[in-house]
Amino acid sequence: MTATPLAQSEASIVHIVPHASKTKPGRVLLYIILSLAVVYYAIPLLLVISTSLKTADELRSGNIFTLPQSLNFDAWTKAWLTACTGIECNGIHGNFWNSVEIVVPSVVFSILFGALTGFALSQWQSKLSRVMLLSLMLGAFIPYQVILYPLVRIFSTVGLYGTLPGIILIHIIFGLPYMTLLFFNFYQGVSPELSKAAKMDGAGFFTIFFEIMLPMSVNVLVVAIIMQATGIWNDFLLGLIFAGRDHLPITVQLNNIVNTTTGVKEYNVNMAATFLTALPPLLIYILSGRYFARGLAAGAVKG
Amino acid sequence: MFRKNLAAKLTLVPSAVVIAVCFYGTILWTFYISLTHSTMLPNYRFYGFGQYLTLLSMPRWHTAFANMLIFGSLFIAGSLVIGTTLAALLDRNVKAEGLFRVFFLYPLSMSFVVTGLAWQWLLNPTTGIEALVRSFGWESFQFNWLASPEKAIYAVSIAAIWQSSGLVMAIMLAGLRGVDSDIWRAAKIDGIPVWRSYISIVLPMLRPLILTCVILLATAVVKSYDLVVAMTGGGPGISTDVPGKFVVDLLFQRANISTAAAAAILMLLSVICALSPYVYIELKRQKR
Repeated sequence: MTATPLAQSEASIVHIVPHASKTKPGRVLLYIILSLAVVYYAIPLLLVISTSLKTADELRSGNIFTLPQSLNFDAWTKAWLTACTGIECNGIHGNFWNSVEIVVPSVVFSILFGALTGFALSQWQSKLSRVMLLSLMLGAFIPYQVILYPLVRIFSTVGLYGTLPGIILIHIIFGLPYMTLLFFNFYQGVSPELSKAAKMDGAGFFTIFFEIMLPMSVNVLVVAIIMQATGIWNDFLLGLIFAGRDHLPITVQLNNIVNTTTGVKEYNVNMAATFLTALPPLLIYILSGRYFARGLAAGAVKG
Repeated sequence: MFRKNLAAKLTLVPSAVVIAVCFYGTILWTFYISLTHSTMLPNYRFYGFGQYLTLLSMPRWHTAFANMLIFGSLFIAGSLVIGTTLAALLDRNVKAEGLFRVFFLYPLSMSFVVTGLAWQWLLNPTTGIEALVRSFGWESFQFNWLASPEKAIYAVSIAAIWQSSGLVMAIMLAGLRGVDSDIWRAAKIDGIPVWRSYISIVLPMLRPLILTCVILLATAVVKSYDLVVAMTGGGPGISTDVPGKFVVDLLFQRANISTAAAAAILMLLSVICALSPYVYIELKRQKR
């Protein structure tokens, strides 16, 4: 919200040097504490990966911190293809593709919808548009539980409940507040002369939006894509309620597989499924680096 | 006058409808249902505030609400302290700062379901830390928080802090980078130790950012659902139930939508309480 983009941090290091402590023991302690913190943050994921690479025999004989003896991907194959939820044994591959099918259109349309709304609000500023902006801002804080049941009723009345378009539409609706605010803030900062000049040349609202504003907003677009793609991939509640049996996202299926009460627990398979679910957002995070942090600062409202 | 900005106004119609119907209309709808005696399907005959009384007489609701307060205070305090400490440490001109940030922030990219399952595995008494320490020979070692009704909510808090303290770190680090270096120089000349400068000078300057963090974390607390479902399923028994899970269970499993609606309205009131200091400060700022 008010946070400065982290990208600036590099530049300001130069100014910070004067007050950096030069005392040796302090520096050592500093690095020790930071390294301990790294261990705290890294261990859960490392244990998930290491357990997923173990065989059933290794699981029985060792403890969680013993390293796998070899790189054994059997548990991954099983998690992908044949892990059971108690009733069915289809693994998570179907739900992985369900999630892809949900995420791609949801991201595209929620960004388009939010960007257009944000742009329109930046173009037309009046009492009414400020009311709209404020209600959007507050909308970002409403707990899903408050509006879940009426939305289920509305969606089932129009025949969208439990369908792929339905779950996509739900993500577009819930993405509207964050996306609008993100783009509104950006377009607010763009010089009004630009759209004035374009209007002089006879360009209409949509021409200005699609041919001038959207190409200018590449940085914001990247941030928006990262926010929405990771957010929608990680969604659990909306997928559980709105997606319907045939389109359950991977997060819901993962929980069904791991927390199923029937049968012997196969921890290596469970952890493989967990890792496969975490992989796409982790890759986005690693590949997008600085943009992810920027999205965090911009989309901090998302909580 | 009307023609001016016509395209912009027309573009806003769909969003205005979505906001009015899907966000605010549904709140009113839920509020009305909370005043009826509906079970599986809505029954729109007015019943009054009876559902709120029913709710307040349910031990499960008390557990859920108390858990929200326990979990919330631990989670907010823990994330703030850890996140701010890490930000202050990274602010000391640390080598490989980028690498440290990678580790502190990656949990945020992952789903609460993934976080919950990873920590369930780590804290499970038969497979996790307890079994590990016992295998070293300390047979009586106990760390079975997930299996204990009194302590399971603390285990959930640990996982939540792990997930979200990076957010505080990122926000606070950005704020610390914005602090004028003259302030540091002045503190140094006055001989004030660095840690004192942080606590007495710099952090008070960053009060708005701390407030932002608190608001974000507090609304996350009220919304919390996935983490509990994945990590404990609300158990053992109902010991880690939270309002978010209570409402969903009553709506979709117990077919008790009017009590669920009353609980949802109380969740909304909790969010409003969490937001009010922010709104108050914003309004005060705008007046100036």
